[in-house]
Amino acid sequence: MSRLAAAHARFVERVNRRSLWRPFPWLVLIVTAAIALTPLRLDDVQLRESLLLACVYITLASNLNLMIGYAGYVNFGNIVFFGLGGYICIYLIDSWHWPLLVAALAAGLAVSAVALLFGLGILRLRGAFFALATIGVNEAVKAFVANFEPWGGATGIYLSLDAYGSLGGPMQALWTAYLLIVGVMGLSLLLSWAIKSSKFGLGLLAIGQNEDAAAVLGVPTPRYKALAYSASAFLPAVAGGLYFFKSGIIEPTGAFDLSFSIEAIVMVMLGGAGTVTGPAIGAFLYEELRGLLLVAETFSHFQLVIAGALLLLIVLFVPGGLMGFIHRKWPYTRWWLE
Amino acid sequence: MIGIVASVVDGVLVGAVYGLAAMGLTLIWGVMNVINLTHGAMIVLGMFGVYFLATAAGLSPYGGVPIVIVLGFLFGVVVYWVSVNRVVGRPVLMSLLATFAMNMVLIGLGTALWSTSPYNVPVTLPGITWQGYTFTGTHIMAAALAGAIAGLLYLFLYRTRRGKAIRAVADNREAAELTGIPTKQVLSMAFGLGVALACVSGALIATLFPFTVLSGSSYQLKSFVVTVLGGLGNPAGALIGGVALGLIEGLATPFMPVSWTPIIEFALFVATLIAFPRGIFAFSRA
Repeated sequence: MSRLAAAHARFVERVNRRSLWRPFPWLVLIVTAAIALTPLRLDDVQLRESLLLACVYITLASNLNLMIGYAGYVNFGNIVFFGLGGYICIYLIDSWHWPLLVAALAAGLAVSAVALLFGLGILRLRGAFFALATIGVNEAVKAFVANFEPWGGATGIYLSLDAYGSLGGPMQALWTAYLLIVGVMGLSLLLSWAIKSSKFGLGLLAIGQNEDAAAVLGVPTPRYKALAYSASAFLPAVAGGLYFFKSGIIEPTGAFDLSFSIEAIVMVMLGGAGTVTGPAIGAFLYEELRGLLLVAETFSHFQLVIAGALLLLIVLFVPGGLMGFIHRKWPYTRWWLE
Repeated sequence: MIGIVASVVDGVLVGAVYGLAAMGLTLIWGVMNVINLTHGAMIVLGMFGVYFLATAAGLSPYGGVPIVIVLGFLFGVVVYWVSVNRVVGRPVLMSLLATFAMNMVLIGLGTALWSTSPYNVPVTLPGITWQGYTFTGTHIMAAALAGAIAGLLYLFLYRTRRGKAIRAVADNREAAELTGIPTKQVLSMAFGLGVALACVSGALIATLFPFTVLSGSSYQLKSFVVTVLGGLGNPAGALIGGVALGLIEGLATPFMPVSWTPIIEFALFVATLIAFPRGIFAFSRA
């Protein structure tokens, strides 16, 4: 066992500096392709819907992890990115007749830019103050959107069927949206991985460990935090655009559902904050668990209670989450699942 | 003009109750550096406490207030030992998540038990009429009670041995422990007190406005705003911050639809944090 581990360590050391030699990005590509193609080949709409939700969750959790896991900052209002992205994308498609992909990307860029500006403002706030601000963001943005007439106020926006015409009709459009969301999910994992192995990522991890020490050592902490906040906004906003395009309707309560934010935090902590694979696995497990609970009549009322109890147990007893546990037990898995 | 004055006075009265709620939040932060995210849920529990005491037990809502304080204190101590004790002194992330998880459990249970439909505590008090405007009796009563409870808290913190122990732990936990103060017990007591304050302010709010299980989040946001206005960790500042928030809301109400309130509050919150990180009304710490 120890000889195996030592040999493995030597091998890792040799390959480590060439990041594309590492197995992780290739694993991500294979898994993403499998998720994209399986329901397409089987022509299974039910499987597609369940995988779609899992992909949205993975995207949210994985990007939230940039804040929670890397920089050590809780973002309680992470669903704002998703909802706002959805709104901008649907608005562009509905009123300006932009093509889906362009609209979704524009939404992502716009939300990312807003997050950067906002982040530069509030990220000078440290620790708990920042967390409080993010709780407020959700309430404030929701109230703003509900009062904003061009976006339909409290009733929201319905997409007309014409919007799906350019993609070959609604049936075809749903598949296109699905494939794009799977792609966004894959990109989220690659982004997490790329950031973690970069200098920027090291800076964030340093901030998460001890912000004062990081600042003393020359990490530009306010700028890095704002950049992380902005980066964690981009892909959720794109995913929001695609998701609400697929639903065909967007309204404030659905788009800024605080329980979605909460569940994303549970997923990150369940899988293991700070790892790349953890949040994805956490999101997938949570989605399956939720599916099971929703089927049982008695549990559907207690979904929030169960999620809360789960989060409490993780925080109190296994703060490293699932991947933290696996990495401690079998250290060489670190190389395969970062 | 008189309409605005009336609206401002009413805002200040309600603001005193917000201040009471924020005192609970800021006390816990000041003593153990934990942001209590169960705050909103505790406010809601206080609301339902007084509702059931009034409807099922037939008590006057104001007679229910002391009972709510005692029950809130006991419940707070339990919550401390279940979810907070292990995370005190650990990174802020952990205590935020732990109290947040507890909040989800409480709100989830509340939703399952009482649904999300609105409730309403029946209470009537004669108001005071001045220049054709009536100031509601319940609002005056709530503000008076909030002031009285804040005064009692002050006496407790500054004049009693246990209160002094709480302040000692807030100042320096290790030094307090060296002088023989059982810090864990003091922490649990402080948490219980903070929760009791949240519950009692919830009980008072329930006599003013209708409420649902989910009302907690908007009052929690108000408490955060009040807390940063008054300086985090500063109970006296919290009360003044509450009155200030009530004043601002009273000033804004005649000019703006109510649905914009969260946006104003949030802007105020962020602006205060950035411009006055120690609070506008930051006096000496309690």
